[in-house]
Amino acid sequence: MPQIAQLAETWSSQIFWMLIFFGFIFFVIGRGMVPKVMATVETRDRQIASDLAAAEAARAAADAEEEAWRAQANRQRAEAQALIAKAKLEAAKASETRLAKANAKLDAKLAEAEDQIAQARSGALKEIEKVAAEAAGDIVARVAGGLKVDAKAATAAVKEALNG
Amino acid sequence: MAEAAKVDPMHQFTIEPMFGTDQWQIAGYNIAFTNSSLWMGIAAVALLIFVAGGMKRELVPGRWQMAVEGFTGFIDNLLAANIGPAGKKYVPYIFSLFMFILFANVLGLMPLGLVGVHPFTFTSHFTATGVLAVMSFAIVLIVGFWKHKLHFFSLFIPHGTPLVMIPLIFAIELVSFLVRPFSLGLRLFVAMMAGHVLLEVLSGFVINGFNAGLGIGPVVSVLSFVLMIAICALEILVAGIQAYVFALLTSLYLNDAENLH
Repeated sequence: MPQIAQLAETWSSQIFWMLIFFGFIFFVIGRGMVPKVMATVETRDRQIASDLAAAEAARAAADAEEEAWRAQANRQRAEAQALIAKAKLEAAKASETRLAKANAKLDAKLAEAEDQIAQARSGALKEIEKVAAEAAGDIVARVAGGLKVDAKAATAAVKEALNG
Repeated sequence: MAEAAKVDPMHQFTIEPMFGTDQWQIAGYNIAFTNSSLWMGIAAVALLIFVAGGMKRELVPGRWQMAVEGFTGFIDNLLAANIGPAGKKYVPYIFSLFMFILFANVLGLMPLGLVGVHPFTFTSHFTATGVLAVMSFAIVLIVGFWKHKLHFFSLFIPHGTPLVMIPLIFAIELVSFLVRPFSLGLRLFVAMMAGHVLLEVLSGFVINGFNAGLGIGPVVSVLSFVLMIAICALEILVAGIQAYVFALLTSLYLNDAENLH
């Protein structure tokens, strides 16, 4: 077993070179380079964390903005709705008054026309009575031969016949 | 034929001096540069290249950077889970420990013998693993006594121990505490050596089986070869697991030092 057989002649060299090379590794690599590698990892982790935080904040801001926009939209919609309702109401009122006015005018016209018709009718009736009385007088004179009928009596008889 | 077939499964662990064998000394102690030192250096350079490739520091990492960050994150999580927020300062040490052992174990398993280079697994020498184990244990002691002063000895008395049992429990806990550096270093050394010896013995079976001519020999060879393939996969797993165990146990011991119980 060379480890033991060569112990006396090699132990000092083994220990010396082990210390030299391990010392080199510890001071140059372990102390010099490893902290830099770990700092890189830490920087990256921090960057990722801050990026995530920024993204989260941006999301929250966007959410708030959307909420505000939604509220404003709702308010404006309500305003527009109210405006429309008001306009509708006004239009309805206006058309109602105009309708009423036109109605009244028509009614007046109708009444006037009815009046005229009534007048014309009564006028016509009187004419018919007169003509009928005359005709009755003539008929009686012709039938009875020379019997004169009083105009008044004829008129009364016609009136009675017409209205009775 | 007989000499050619002789396979010494221990020969792979032999340390061969490369240069400086006679003249390089510190206070009389020989510090020759050996093949073991060479592979420590190769592992260190490979690790340097690996980590340097992950130093682009891009916001969106590439594959290589991802791999390096995966390893640092792995060690970071390990320490955060075992020690808590106080474990952050041990990341450089545990990372160096884990990656050095991992690279050493994996490099020692590389099939470089095909191109004539003989990989040397220095983690199969307790002189090498012992240095790492003693270093971890020393850090535990220093941190423990620095933070808790003599109160650190309360680590050896679990909560709720009956008064009469305290001396006995204290002795048992103290022994189990003092055994830690040995178990830490020996575990890695034994696991790596056992795997390499097993592979070497099986490859010896393969060669000797075919050399034995027709008969049962080639059957043994083929079976051994199939077994070797499976054990190679197992050894790659063990290479990772042993590095992980070393780092995990060190972080658990550091937890004792940081937080007592």
